[in-house]
Amino acid sequence: MTMIFGVPLAVFMGQLLLGLINGAFYALLSLGLAVIFGLLKIVNFAHGAMYMLGAFATLLGMRYLGINYWAALFLAPLAVGLFGMVIERVLLRRIGHLDHLYGLLLTFGLALIFEGSLVNFFGVSGARYPTPELLQGGYQTGFMFLPKYRAWVLLAAVVVCFATWYMIERTRLGAYLRAGTENPALMQAFGVNVPLLVTLTYGFGVALAAFAGVLAAPLYPVSPTMGSNLLIVVFAVVVIGGMGSILGAIVTGLAMGLIEGLTKVYYPEAANTVIFLVMILVLLLRPAGLFGKEA
Amino acid sequence: MATTQTLTPSMKRERRASLRRNVFYLVLIAIGLVAPFVAYPVFLMKVLCFALFACAFNLLLGYAGLLSFGHAAFLATGGYVTGYLLASYPALTPELGMLIGTAAAVVLGAIFGALSIRRQGIYFAMVTLALAQLVFFFYIQAPFTGGEDGLHGVPRGHLLGIVDLRSNLAMYYFVFAVFLFGFALIQRTVHSPFGQVLKAIRENEPRAVSLGYNVDAYKLVAFILSAGLAGLAGSTKTVVFQLASLTDAHWHMSGEVILMTLLGGVGTLFGPVVGAGLVVSLQHLLAQSPLGNWVGPILGVIFVICVLSFRSGIVGEAMKMYRKNFK
Repeated sequence: MTMIFGVPLAVFMGQLLLGLINGAFYALLSLGLAVIFGLLKIVNFAHGAMYMLGAFATLLGMRYLGINYWAALFLAPLAVGLFGMVIERVLLRRIGHLDHLYGLLLTFGLALIFEGSLVNFFGVSGARYPTPELLQGGYQTGFMFLPKYRAWVLLAAVVVCFATWYMIERTRLGAYLRAGTENPALMQAFGVNVPLLVTLTYGFGVALAAFAGVLAAPLYPVSPTMGSNLLIVVFAVVVIGGMGSILGAIVTGLAMGLIEGLTKVYYPEAANTVIFLVMILVLLLRPAGLFGKEA
Repeated sequence: MATTQTLTPSMKRERRASLRRNVFYLVLIAIGLVAPFVAYPVFLMKVLCFALFACAFNLLLGYAGLLSFGHAAFLATGGYVTGYLLASYPALTPELGMLIGTAAAVVLGAIFGALSIRRQGIYFAMVTLALAQLVFFFYIQAPFTGGEDGLHGVPRGHLLGIVDLRSNLAMYYFVFAVFLFGFALIQRTVHSPFGQVLKAIRENEPRAVSLGYNVDAYKLVAFILSAGLAGLAGSTKTVVFQLASLTDAHWHMSGEVILMTLLGGVGTLFGPVVGAGLVVSLQHLLAQSPLGNWVGPILGVIFVICVLSFRSGIVGEAMKMYRKNFK
């Protein structure tokens, strides 16, 4: 059997794939955080809760409304996105003029509310969501077994990430968004409806999180606390990459997932913490982050 | 020399104000001294521990403008180190155990501080949160913390080898003394030239830099002081309740201390004390009511309300009203 540094190739590749999938989730979530931060200057602490709501919308949609996975892939982000827009309109808008730390605190409060309420109804143990029929089973490649669903998650996440990148960097709407990030007052003066843009941006950002939640539903147990622990890792990813660059967020997310996967192969005790250690290293060597410009 | 004759009216006012302040402090201390005869001492000790924790946190947020989302790490470190030492070395007196626990929090604070002040604002909050999560994972796996179970049966021992702390009343007065020490230290720091520079940094960091202050050094010292006092609070808490658990290291705890400070009043000396008293009482009351499972969401709602429309907190609003009506 082929070995890589004393580890069987199949195990090595399997962990690498798991790492990449984690990385895809990091990328989707940090991308949403970066998009929201760009325009609202708010670090959305409710992002993990939105991811969790996406997964729950999928689970409950199937249980009570008979919505299948493929429909949920569109409906759950839509529902959560609309919910996010309401939150932006009703709550976040009121504190837009304040220190941005208040945005972090407000969304933290929201995360506590969503998470804590759902814990009361569903407990913390989590429910299973079946893998859609079309994606059951897997491919036997020469060196490893590749489950179809995992391949799909990776593909879907990467496609959505790059579609987002394309939209922001190459389309007219994206140009508005980038201009709004630079100077919202001037945009408003040019006749662009900036408040609407802000609402849509927040909705879009949390919809990305919800999309990640739908992808995660068949992979991980769907539980109210699934988002918060993930979010803290994503914060570290964001510190590593810096929130200034869309592509930076995607690349850093995937890379951190890979590093985590590799650590699981060679030193499993540190798998939980390796991303935080990378963050410390980055803070020491390049305090502004890999892709960041210090404001 | 008859100095009283040369006093200007403004100096007289200042004197009267300082007299009033001293009387106010004395009254509060008196209340603290009789409190254990009115209320349950263990509950009061819990309030005092969290009040000290919140005051330490407020030193950083209220006076240096740094929002740490990782203060649970210091509370837990103080608690675990003290708990481990007292449980493993019965000869060790509690105050020594607490001293070492606090020292451990100071060391951790120096590391956290040196790393996190390299980034500002929102990033500072995220860095501290991530570092505290690292510490949390460390405590789950470390052999001396008891993992998910935590440390139990930490002996309270004899203070200085003399006073038996198994009596709740003796324990209370010790905790009260520790709290007064921490509070006095914070009060002195805030009103010292050092505290003035911290406030200047909070208000306008680039200007403080251009005036020649070594801003990073000031921030770091403030961070270490805050971490040390948070560690002291954790150490004290462990001795009181005779246990140390992962709850103290969880990010929920970092959020709770923010809420206490915000609710009571950020940047006021007494705000965190009031906030801690309220949050601990609320948790206590809710735990016994049918709403026991809803503590988290209720705290979340208070958070949202505070941020939306109550940003000065209770003490802050009260001081605003006092100034408007009596001055």
